[in-house]
Parts: sequence; structure tokens; C-alpha cells
Amino acid sequence: MTGTPPPRIAFREVTKSFGPKEVLRGVTLDIPVGESMVIIGGSGTGKSVALKTVLGIIPHDGGTIEIDGVAVGRTRRDDFLSRFGMLFQGGALFDSLPVWQNVAFRLRQGRDRLSKSDARDLAIEKLRRVGLKADVADLFPAELSGGMQKRVGLARAIAAEPEIIFFDEPTTGLDPIMSGVINELIREIVVEMGATAMTITHDMSSVRAIADKVAMLHDGKIRWTGPVDQIETSGDPYMDQFLHGRAEGPIEAVR
Amino acid sequence: MQALTQIDNFLAAIGRSVIGICAAVGRVVIFAAIAISHMVRPPFYPVEFLHQVMRIGYYSLPVVGMTALFTGGALALQIYAGGARFNAESVVPAIVAIGMVRELGPVLGGLMVAGRVSSSIAAEMGTMRVTEQIDALTTLSTNPMKYLVAPRILAATLCMPILVAVGDVIGIMGGWAVGIYRLNFSGATYIQNTIDFLQPIDIWSGLVKAAVFGFIVALMGCYHGYSSGRGAQGVGRATTNAVVSASVLILACNYALTELFFST
Ligand SMILES: Nc1ncnc2c1ncn2[C@@H]1O[C@H](COP(=O)(O)OP(=O)(O)OP(=O)(O)O)[C@@H](O)[C@H]1O
Ligand SMILES: [Mg+2]
Repeated sequence: MTGTPPPRIAFREVTKSFGPKEVLRGVTLDIPVGESMVIIGGSGTGKSVALKTVLGIIPHDGGTIEIDGVAVGRTRRDDFLSRFGMLFQGGALFDSLPVWQNVAFRLRQGRDRLSKSDARDLAIEKLRRVGLKADVADLFPAELSGGMQKRVGLARAIAAEPEIIFFDEPTTGLDPIMSGVINELIREIVVEMGATAMTITHDMSSVRAIADKVAMLHDGKIRWTGPVDQIETSGDPYMDQFLHGRAEGPIEAVR
Repeated sequence: MQALTQIDNFLAAIGRSVIGICAAVGRVVIFAAIAISHMVRPPFYPVEFLHQVMRIGYYSLPVVGMTALFTGGALALQIYAGGARFNAESVVPAIVAIGMVRELGPVLGGLMVAGRVSSSIAAEMGTMRVTEQIDALTTLSTNPMKYLVAPRILAATLCMPILVAVGDVIGIMGGWAVGIYRLNFSGATYIQNTIDFLQPIDIWSGLVKAAVFGFIVALMGCYHGYSSGRGAQGVGRATTNAVVSASVLILACNYALTELFFST
């Protein structure tokens, strides 16, 4: 063994196709322990798919994904999944359960589950952290606005204080002030809890607020990766086009 | 030469659909086996189970009851009219009872519940699939087969016999009502005839059928919903497939079970 610990998450030449459509064509990326990685890239380039391959929700075709140097699928699935929290792009709230039971879902499972009232208190506390009042706790997800649903999803992802958190577009559909609150919250979770985070976003102010490092996914591969303070000076035409939102450039506007 | 290739293509098409059917049957059997294996291994979700008992069992009572009531009544009229042709009107109570308990109670009850429950389970699970709720369950360390599928199948399998038993009683009462008000039977004789004639096997074979049909209804709803395609269209197709396949399977299994119980 060498002195440096293995990265918390390591993608090695990961490939994934849906039928004839190659979505990931060899993604290689390291995310060290306690770091916040932000993935950017055009719509439909496979960012969400990449997150889901780590969790095994979508099985990858080739390459390996390692967590702490151990290939996924080798560890017991329950132990493995209990280390993760995930905010889905669409929220994915359970619409048969009230908000607080959604947030506290994991805490009510397993051997050392919390009592109903403890779980509820904890859920309300988490809801407050994402800027929601206690009175939404008893509503059903369908009674909330899109942005509120997103924040409930966020509260659910962080409720069990996981070591590794995936955020799929946490600020999409939120007003700028709420986006700011959520960006700060994600930053806080990484810094205070020492969690490792992987965030997908299209919002450049989020990138600057959340990221330690940035990776750009394009055409099924990591096109560029580096520290967040170098994104302006990457010298990569793809990155430049993306950052400045230009229609002309190497990235085709029609995909 | 051309004729040969055509025959070739034709055979290939048949082969493909046979393989397709076999693969589908295989997938359903594996799905069912996994679901059953989760029913017997902890953790269990009693709250989910009770919830499904209410939804699948209790709320199906009106539908099953109405179906049985009118079927029993119509059956009495038919048997009376048929029996009159050879002066055997007195068989009405016996045949109504046998017909309801052995066949019509479970089959019609099963078909009605297939329409009501298979579709709603498929739509619910399909929507959960499409909106990634099933994936979210997985990431929250909860096995969807255990949390969603097992309680539904268990609840349907246990509730259906009870529903059908209630339906049988209501159906016989329907026949009885028509018998005494329309066909001039005496109420007490009608009941006595029914009781004298029914054998235990009539009743329990019907209830076994009901349990099998309940299993089919929930299994088809869960299977099609769980493997639903993307989007609203995927959910719509899953719902249709669930009802159609559940209904056909119920009728096919009914024949098979009847052979099993009553062929000599
Ligand atoms: N379950 C699936 N079956 C078939 N194709 C899929 C599936 N999931 C994703 N895809 C395809 O993979 C590609 C990448 O999808 P993905 O959701 O990862 O995009 P994305 O990068 O997250 O985009 P966005 O920024 O719009 O969310 C898309 O073209 C999509 O059609
Ligand atoms: Mg996405």
C-alpha cells in the first residue's frame, strides 16, 4: 500500500450504453475524501446516469467504479447504500407518504430505527435547514410547489447524515435567494460533516459556491477537470463555450 | 427459391414470438419467486400490509358484493327457465349455490378485482418507476420488492378468499330473493335446499381458486407496473397489460383448477 489513501469515489473507464446509444464512453474521474466535485455538461450528456451507476440503480457496462478502493457490488448492498444520500433530479418523493415521513424514511428503517416522535422532530429540523417551515411536515408532496419538493428531497438526502452525497441539480427551479441558501447548505455539509459530495448543476453561481473541483462531461467522457478557481483559465474551448453560454463553439447546440 | 425464403421468414417469426413468450413467462416466474422469498424473510412491513388489505380487500367489497348479488339473481331466473323445460324447477337453489360457490363467485369476483386492483397497482407502481420513486427507495436501503411488491401480493392472496366468501353468501341471497319474490319458492325450503346440497369441497375449492386469483391480480399489477416503460405512455401500457393479462390468466387458471378439483 502507498501512503495516499484511495479516492472515495473512482470512475475507471466506465461505459454505459442504452441500446445503440452510447451515453458514457469511458469516464475516468477521482473524487478524494471530503471533497466537493461538481459535474457540469450539456443536457443529456449522461450526468444523471453517471451518478446512478455508482449506486447501482443503472448497471454500468464496462470499466470499474470503486468506493474507497473497493469495486462497487463487492460489498453488502445495505451497508453500501447506507453510506449514500441522493437527491434525485425530479425529487422522487414518495407521494403516498407525508413530507416528514419522506424526510425521515431511512431513519424509520432498520434495527436502530428512531421512534415516531424523534423521527418527526428530526425531519422538522432538517426541513428548517432547507428553508421550509414546520407546517409543511404534514402535507403530502403533491401539495407542494416544485421548488419546495426539491428542498424536501434535499432534506431527505441529508437526513441520515451520509458520508457520500449526490445532488442532481439541487438548485434548479429555485429562486436566487433560495439557491443561495441551498448552495451554502451543501457547502456546510461538506465542510462540517466532512461528507464527499458530487453535485450536478447547470448554474454557474452554484458551481462557484459549492465546488472544490469541477469536471465537465462531454460526449461520454470527462472533457476537463480541475480546481474551481481554474475554470476561467482552463484554456479549453469546450469549457469556455459552456461557461459563457455561447451558441457557437465546438459543442453543437443541437443534440 | 423465393418460396423457401418466405417459409423461412414465416418460421423465424413464429420462433421469435415463441421465444418472446417463453422469456416473458420466465421473467414473471422469477419476479414471483423473488416476491415470495421476500414475504418470508424479515424485515416485514406490517403497516404497508394493513394498508394494502384495506385498499385491496375492504374497498373491493362493494364491487364484489354487487357483482355477486346480480349474478345470483340472474342465475336463479335462468335455472328456473331452463329447469322448467323438464319439470325440474326445484333444482334452482342447488344449482345457484353450486354455480356461485364453485365458479361464478371466484371467477367474476376475480375479474372484477382484476379490473379494479390490477390496474390501480400497475398505475401506482408504474408512476413510482417513472418518477424514480422506486430508485429512491433503493437508495434509502429499502428493497422495493419487499416494501412494495410483497405486501400487495400477500394482501391480495389473503383477502380474495374472504371477499369471495362474502360474495358467495350475497350471491346465494340474490338467488334466494329472486326465488321467493319472483318464482314463488318458500324462503325456508330454499335455504334448507341450499344447505343440504352444498358439500365442503364446493366451498373450499372456490376459496382456493379465489386465493390463486388474488395472487394473479396483484402479481400482474406489480409485475407490469414495476417493469413499466418510461413516461405516461409506459404507465398506460403497463395498466392495460396488467388488466388484460390478469383476466386471461384468471380464466385459464380457473379451467386448470376446475380440472384438478373435479375431473374424475
Ligand atoms: N433508463 C434509460 N433508458 C434509456 N435511455 C436513458 C435512460 N436514462 C437515460 N437515458 C439516456 O441517456 C442520456 C443521458 O441522460 P441523463 O439523464 O444522464 O442526462 P443528463 O446529463 O442528466 O441531462 P440533464 O442535464 O438534462 O439532466 C439521455 O440521452 C437519455 O435519453
Ligand atoms: Mg440529469
